[in-house]
Amino acid sequence: MMTIERKPPLGKKVQLMATCLCDAFYDDAAVATVQVLEHLGLTVEFPQAQTCCGQPAFNAGDWAASRRVARHMVRTFKGELPVIVPSSSCAAMVFHGSLLAFEHEPDLPAVEQLARRTWELADFIVHGLGVTTWPGRFDAAIAFHRSCHTRGSNSAEAAATLMRSIPGVNLVEFGEAEQCCGFGGTFSVSFPHISEAMGRLKLQHLRAAQPQVLVGVDTSCLMHLSGLAEKEGQPVKHLHVVQVLRDALKNGGLL
Amino acid sequence: MKFQPIDQFATTLAPEKRQSVYGGTKATHEKRTKLLAAQFAEPDHLRRLAGEIKQHAIENLDTLLPLAEERLKAGGAQVHWAVDAEAARRQVLAILQRRGATRLVKAKTMVSEEIELAPFLESHGIECLETDLGEFIIQIDHDHPSHIVRPIIHKNRREIAVSFEKNGLGAYNDEPEVITRRAREFMRKKYLAADVGMTGANFVVAESGRLVVVTNEGNSRFSLAATKCHIALVGIEKIVPRDRDLALFLNLLARSATAQQLTVYTEFIQGPKAAGQPDGPEEMHVIFVDNGRTEVLASECREILRCIRCGACMNVCPVYRQVSGHAYRSVYPGPVGAVLSPLLAGEHFLDKADLPKASSLCGACNEVCPVNIPISDLLLRLRDKGKREGAPSPGLPPMGPWALLASQPLVWKAALFCGRMLDHVPGALIPVPAFHAWTGCRTLPKWRGGEFRKWLRVRKK
Repeated sequence: MMTIERKPPLGKKVQLMATCLCDAFYDDAAVATVQVLEHLGLTVEFPQAQTCCGQPAFNAGDWAASRRVARHMVRTFKGELPVIVPSSSCAAMVFHGSLLAFEHEPDLPAVEQLARRTWELADFIVHGLGVTTWPGRFDAAIAFHRSCHTRGSNSAEAAATLMRSIPGVNLVEFGEAEQCCGFGGTFSVSFPHISEAMGRLKLQHLRAAQPQVLVGVDTSCLMHLSGLAEKEGQPVKHLHVVQVLRDALKNGGLL
Repeated sequence: MKFQPIDQFATTLAPEKRQSVYGGTKATHEKRTKLLAAQFAEPDHLRRLAGEIKQHAIENLDTLLPLAEERLKAGGAQVHWAVDAEAARRQVLAILQRRGATRLVKAKTMVSEEIELAPFLESHGIECLETDLGEFIIQIDHDHPSHIVRPIIHKNRREIAVSFEKNGLGAYNDEPEVITRRAREFMRKKYLAADVGMTGANFVVAESGRLVVVTNEGNSRFSLAATKCHIALVGIEKIVPRDRDLALFLNLLARSATAQQLTVYTEFIQGPKAAGQPDGPEEMHVIFVDNGRTEVLASECREILRCIRCGACMNVCPVYRQVSGHAYRSVYPGPVGAVLSPLLAGEHFLDKADLPKASSLCGACNEVCPVNIPISDLLLRLRDKGKREGAPSPGLPPMGPWALLASQPLVWKAALFCGRMLDHVPGALIPVPAFHAWTGCRTLPKWRGGEFRKWLRVRKK
């Protein structure tokens, strides 16, 4: 998925791209991201003008609309600081999708400049900062859904590495783990029946593994899966991986 | 509410068909993955290498095709060039008519499906028998293939037994062995009586003019053993540069397509019967079919021409598994079909512009493709093309207004604040189709718009 060479992070300051879903629904995942990054000794800057990465329009085929949003984000995230995104999907949009959408545009270099310093959070912690173990405690059987935008990137393995190292965490295996949950952005509303069938299949596999918590690196997949489960009247407890990291710190008295 | 055509098709698909497709594809995909991992240290390296070779081949068709032509002719074959489906059909018919042939036995070729050859020949009084068992069943059922490698993946053995009985191939019996035996008895006589045998080609080697045909039933070999004339229908992208490239491609093709180390029959054909050979066709024709391929080559989706028609992408595709191949209204279904079919449709692109949208863009197809085609990127490029050319997009929220919202921070913040209405206004009153499509099967989490920004502000103080 990564189509561009990335710079190693320098310094102790980062910018946070919180994602539109955290802005609208999952504020605690964004809060946890700040807390985790600060725990790692970083100063987190939040550019107030940020909105969305542009992916909904990109996936819908409206690349002109997508570029409009992406240009806004390029202007908003100026400078040289690493940009950290608590979502593999939005991160991949910045370092892969936008490069496609700007292929024939004169401002491609500016888009590439942002792409080179944009990281999915777990990937940043493990491969950017070199942190491979996580302290604290989190007592739970966790089913970790590797969202599809982690394919071809280091993110899923990074998140699993961190969680596995937390005392108390038991990562449970489940069937057809490599299959999509059926969210797919605008796919979820323009192909609702197929999206639902895919989601139910995923839930069936997840439930068979009897986890206490469903964890993902993307709130989008979690929103779809938990929404389906709740509608069925059988809600599933779900957390973003950064909430697990943060809660582990809290449980261990480190935060 | 209006949804995409393929989503609507999914709602009409019989559960047992879905089960057949899901079970068949899943089993092959899992076996394939295990086999590759068990036998190669780095299967991904092989895929990448094969992709590079095939990319080189399609980018050098201008030199490789003439070379192949020269070598084929040197081996005694006649070479024809068909610019489109009509030309290809006419060329086949001309060869048959010149020989006074009325009976054709046909091994599986996707190009013949693509150019709708069989109905054309039948309308000219030529009996055209499919000899691949799956394609034969499709033929007697007047059905369409739903998978490029396993055309009857959507059928179960009971349905097949019924159609055999209906077509006078014995009383109802759904034992696969009995079905196969009956088809075999029927076909043996047809092979012997046929005038011309037709095959496709999985590969054509430019440096040697060698045609490679793989099958599991030996039907292509039977077709060629008994007939005096061989016609091979070949898409121009089937070229590989060197004989030694076949080692890589044959290893990948069988494992990717059917999770086999090697197909049961792998034929290398280098011309008609030579002097001193006891049997085989006296005449061989190779028809290279373009039918839109050079247009694809000129497009930004040219990587799709690397495809070796293994079907691994449809086997792994969660959407294909839910909808079956018929949902794609095309000869080529699944992820590869969602790219190839709209492109090959040429001026009718808009009729197929919905196909590239039938994907959650999960990228599972990219990971299994034996020639490493970036399928999801190509799907995205075609969505962009569809939008630019005005393709309808039922069920998709309009992105123009959204982009306005998401490029103006003050409006964005206001929307974050106003979104909380979602928690108070009855859903039925919300005039956004996407909202209803979402909440039809899912709940929406509680609106927390702007809460994170508030937390940051409070904390600063």
